[in-house]
Amino acid sequence: MSLLAAERLSVRFGGADVLDDVSLRIDRGEIVTLIGPNGSGKSTLLRALLGILPAAAGRVVRAPGLRIGYVPQRLQIDRTMPMTARRFLSLPRWQPRRATEAALLRAGVPEVADRQMTGLSGGQLQRVLLARALLSRPDLLILDEPTQGLDQPGEAAFYRLIEDLRRDTGTAVLMVSHDLHVVMAASDRVICLNGHICCEGTPRVVSNAPEYRALFGLGTQGALALYQHRHDHDHGHDRAGRHGHDPSAAAEPARARDHA
Amino acid sequence: MLDDFLTRAALAGIGLSLATGPLGSFVVWRRMAYFGDATAHAAILGVALALAGEVPVALGTLVVALAMAATVATLAARGWAMDTSLGVLAHSALAFGLVAVSFVPGARTDLSAWLFGDILAVSRADLGVVWGGSALVVALLAWRWQRLLTATVNEDLAHASGLNPDRERLALVLALALVVAAAIKVVGALLIAAMLIVPAAAARGLARSPEAMAVLATLIGAGAALGGLALSLWQDTPAGPSIVAAAAIFFILAALIGRMRQG
Repeated sequence: MSLLAAERLSVRFGGADVLDDVSLRIDRGEIVTLIGPNGSGKSTLLRALLGILPAAAGRVVRAPGLRIGYVPQRLQIDRTMPMTARRFLSLPRWQPRRATEAALLRAGVPEVADRQMTGLSGGQLQRVLLARALLSRPDLLILDEPTQGLDQPGEAAFYRLIEDLRRDTGTAVLMVSHDLHVVMAASDRVICLNGHICCEGTPRVVSNAPEYRALFGLGTQGALALYQHRHDHDHGHDRAGRHGHDPSAAAEPARARDHA
Repeated sequence: MLDDFLTRAALAGIGLSLATGPLGSFVVWRRMAYFGDATAHAAILGVALALAGEVPVALGTLVVALAMAATVATLAARGWAMDTSLGVLAHSALAFGLVAVSFVPGARTDLSAWLFGDILAVSRADLGVVWGGSALVVALLAWRWQRLLTATVNEDLAHASGLNPDRERLALVLALALVVAAAIKVVGALLIAAMLIVPAAAARGLARSPEAMAVLATLIGAGAALGGLALSLWQDTPAGPSIVAAAAIFFILAALIGRMRQG
């Protein structure tokens, strides 16, 4: 049985579908990356999977007793709130000092324990958030754009850490990203989202999928030939009637370039 | 010992600080300052209704403060900007309260006592209300402390930990209404918000953890109460404003100390 599954999940904001008919499953120990352009509903999907947002249709199924460690996209602790990294790890449950030290060490930031959260760099903050997520000994880590604001070496190091954690603890990982190359190398499976699931599969399969190439405008690099015999980006698996707002505007320049 | 009005006043100030220290910290962290202000203003309407209906004033203020909070929450859910709906409700409630008080025979003369407090006239029964209200607030905050902090740091994080941030917000609103009801006699409607915010703001620069900030805010609040009463006794100044003035001086001192530590 899967750890977590969405079954024909739809989420609406103010009458508009942000997610439409999304089905996916996360199995034990796999690293799944969710990619998609801005506004494609990646964070919304994570929040619906976590139960923060209600489903307008469909449902989310969790394995019984599933422990999720969540790393939010941004954490802005108000400057008026004094809070050391160590104290932050004890929210909402008090943790023994040894456990917080071990978690910070595992996340690669043992030196920040007594620093104020508001004084940490972006990379340090992400690792403290990860350390906190690890304290619940999760079966599934959910990370929302964990490397936002990190430079390239920092990003690569962070994804290496995620892979190490999966190897050492067996945790499954579901993460959102909009940067493609680094993250795809670290994933077992990639799901490409744009309000609905456009394509999914191993990084190699997805990076060659026309839907993916159209969304991200990568058509002129590498496997151009693969793309050229598909002149029509029609989302073959889509139900009829969705083509009104699809493909997205972001897809147009990519196609134009390809045909030039 | 309780026979001395000055002792009762000091005890009332200290009792109030026990609640305003930790609660005021949350008000500062969550940027609810204006909400505290509005709740306190609305309390005047509660005073008027309580006097007219001959029920205990603390009960009247509590009910109106809670009704105010519920209305603000409803308006916010319908898309009204928080500061606009607070502004409309707070000032209308204050105005209606002042109008209503004028119909209550005998109450008109000590209206300023409800606005500015009359800590020197605190009776034994008032002392019981202040300490009882404070004890309730402290118990509520201590019980939910970890959950309240988590929800304050980040609502998504709280949600993902299985908490309900809405429930924690409700707990804070309830605590705020309790403090207003307990404190209106001591510092008055116009100065309650100051007692919530100024000591907590003063404590911010000196504290390294949320717990330390809450405790420091309590100590500063109690110090301000004693200092203000001393000033009032010595210079015959009005007691309520003197207490807030003392808190403001603590704030300036704390800011200077914080700056020296950094530099």
